[in-house]
Amino acid sequence: MELLAFGDTGWGDELFRATLMTIAVSITAMIIGFSFAAIFTPFKLSKFKSLNLIANIYTTVIRGVPELLVIYLFFFGGSGAIMFVASMFGYNDYIEINAFVTGSFAIGIISGAYSTEVFRGAIQSIDKGQFEAAKVLGFNKFKQFYKIVLPQMLRLAIPNLSNVWQITLKDTSLISVTGLVEIMRQSYIAAGSTRDPLFFYSFAAVLYLLLTFISMKLINKLEVKYSRGY
Amino acid sequence: MDFELMINSLPKLLNAAVVTLKLLSVSLIVGLFIGLLFAILRLNRNIFINKFAYGYSYVFRGTPLLVQIFIIYFGLGQIESLRSSFLWVVLKEPYWCAIIAFALNTGAYTSEILRSAFQTIKPGIIEAGKSLGISNKIIFYKVQIPIAIRQSLPAYGNEIILMLKGTSLASTVTLMDLTGVAKYIISTTFKPIEVFIVAGGIYLFMTFIIHNVIKFLEKKYSY
Repeated sequence: MELLAFGDTGWGDELFRATLMTIAVSITAMIIGFSFAAIFTPFKLSKFKSLNLIANIYTTVIRGVPELLVIYLFFFGGSGAIMFVASMFGYNDYIEINAFVTGSFAIGIISGAYSTEVFRGAIQSIDKGQFEAAKVLGFNKFKQFYKIVLPQMLRLAIPNLSNVWQITLKDTSLISVTGLVEIMRQSYIAAGSTRDPLFFYSFAAVLYLLLTFISMKLINKLEVKYSRGY
Repeated sequence: MDFELMINSLPKLLNAAVVTLKLLSVSLIVGLFIGLLFAILRLNRNIFINKFAYGYSYVFRGTPLLVQIFIIYFGLGQIESLRSSFLWVVLKEPYWCAIIAFALNTGAYTSEILRSAFQTIKPGIIEAGKSLGISNKIIFYKVQIPIAIRQSLPAYGNEIILMLKGTSLASTVTLMDLTGVAKYIISTTFKPIEVFIVAGGIYLFMTFIIHNVIKFLEKKYSY
């Protein structure tokens, strides 16, 4: 137990900070994922075949390729790509992007592919009559989306989004390979310096279980909130 | 774009894909047995057996696969009594550690898939079997299992694809699978995009084949 003490003697405070880092990366990645979903869901539902194709390539490639490979692409290729863009604007110095940005971007793109599929499914399962009723009432597109589509879509999407959240939370363990100090990386460091890997990796497992347990409880509350009236 | 590198790395990556497929197939076969066992335990009326099976699937589905591999590969070696036992022959090899972790992980997901498939079987079908005087055991093997397998095919197909992606984590315990070799080539040549296209293409090809095989089976066993 003294291994988990706070302060200089134990790893308690380091692991606590690492847990906060995991939460921060997961939430950032989820938000980045939603932004990608906000772009690609309309593409998927679009009348134009070319937009459909772009969205389909995005979701198929990301969901068919291992997360670790995507992370390596960003880790090794990220600063190169940024430097290439910067060089077009005449900036030629070496740019290093930090592990937090690379990591949340890589996980965010993965999470976005799953979110896109969830939102597409949710919008498609809204009754057609709802759209027609909105049109009859003279709602414009913007109002139709915010007042009719969005509330119903959220209700249908929340159970599946909770799965996406779980996947995203667990995927953040993979960005430990880039050196970002989250739960997995901190356990690796602690296990290395104390030669007690069994304890620290088991403790990491407990931390992840705790995170998934708490987030499930919170999501269930959200679910109840959005399904009132049903 | 460095096309020469792409062509040169293709044979190396294809060789590594064989390792990936080996890891995948062995862990799926073992995982299917574990999954079936725990699905049956989940349906048991005894509350302790039931809770034990639930706990297993909760823990393995609630923690990242990476943690599970690390506990088995780095953690178990710490236990002195295990190191001196015959199990050490298996547990000192990263290959078997990865397979044990993958099998336990996919077993947890498979048990959930099979459990829900068993639960969706209409009671009328089982009652029909009983009224024909067929024993419970034969109803289970000849009626419930075939229906459950058909019911769970789409979800199990997803699980196979998730597991294919999961095998990439074997590269973190020094195994040179497709992702491991891809990372090695990237870190020696610093051409991440080219290698990603080739390695990702191989993964997508495997996903495509698995997807279509499952689709074919679904059609074949539909009723």
